[in-house]
Amino acid sequence: MLHFELVTPERIVRSDEVHMVTVPGTDGDFAVLEGHAPFMSTIRDGDVLVQKAPGAAPETIAIRGGFAEVNAKGLTVLAEHAG
Amino acid sequence: MASLKALKIRIGSVKSTQKITKAMKMVATAKLRRAQEAAIAGRPYAERLEGVVASLARNVGVGASPLLAGSGKDQVHLLVVATSERGLAGAFNTNIVRAARRKAEELEAAGKTVIFYLAGKKGRVLRRFYPQAIKVDHDLSTVKTVAFDDAKAIADDLIARYTAGEFDVAHLFYAKFQSALVQQPVGQQIIPVAIPDRGEPKLANAGDATVEYEPSEEAILADLLPRNVAIQIFRAMLENAASEQGSRMTAMDNATRNAGDMIKRLSIQYNRARQAAITTELVEIISGAEAL
Repeated sequence: MLHFELVTPERIVRSDEVHMVTVPGTDGDFAVLEGHAPFMSTIRDGDVLVQKAPGAAPETIAIRGGFAEVNAKGLTVLAEHAG
Repeated sequence: MASLKALKIRIGSVKSTQKITKAMKMVATAKLRRAQEAAIAGRPYAERLEGVVASLARNVGVGASPLLAGSGKDQVHLLVVATSERGLAGAFNTNIVRAARRKAEELEAAGKTVIFYLAGKKGRVLRRFYPQAIKVDHDLSTVKTVAFDDAKAIADDLIARYTAGEFDVAHLFYAKFQSALVQQPVGQQIIPVAIPDRGEPKLANAGDATVEYEPSEEAILADLLPRNVAIQIFRAMLENAASEQGSRMTAMDNATRNAGDMIKRLSIQYNRARQAAITTELVEIISGAEAL
């Protein structure tokens, strides 16, 4: 499972174990699964798609402004606004 | 000695003052809890952002952005003074303003130009000392609970002015929340961004050369630095909000206790006066009866 955190300046919006997250990167969307290589990208305003399990219907969270970081611990999205 | 009636009115007035201070104390206590929670909830974002900015800045070097490298001069200093919108909070605002003034005097003694940016109504007392130097008086009177957008508006304004060359260095003054009893007024430099030097990078992938950056390290850093300024201001505003309520709670607790003491003292005085009046009356009656 991938550890996914979505953090805004006001609070931690989501901190979950999920299957896959699709993030709207500045240079194009990218999907993160468990074991993704270390990666850092700015994001554009758009929707983060969170898939709890393989094949499950994705949950959409609208985010604005920020960046995403993938490291050994998982995926962290820092956004100015979420939800 | 004051008349009985005057004393009674006085006691009544102190009692209603006490009611007000007591209510204010309870309101501040309730608000303090919320403000504290908000301050704590804001920490993860700030910490992560700080960590990323620090590791990126080390990799890229300070030349990447004027927000890191400075404007190349050190002449005009902007003091951002964050205060509250309301008074009756003990020495809260006074302490922040005093810290800012001390810094201003220090800078002026060193031959620098000092200008002010006020965020919050209670910083306006600075007008008395520096009537010419107040550049901006940012109105926060409509803000009930601090949201990130409020901080971002200030940050955007600051960065625009910095880019336009209005100042070279910006300091931010606010009160750090330690407890309901202790609020520490602090000043910190926000522009150019001071890179926290924590020795070893604490990010899991910072030492890893295989981190991929999109679009590029420089672009990400350039994107994050303004956010970092905004988050620092946001953090200061949250700390300030908690400090304000803490300070008010303590001040109002003291006021309530003082009012209680005063009521006790006045009641004693009132009782004595009443007793004296009764004694005088008795003496008059007895001496009148004896005269018959």
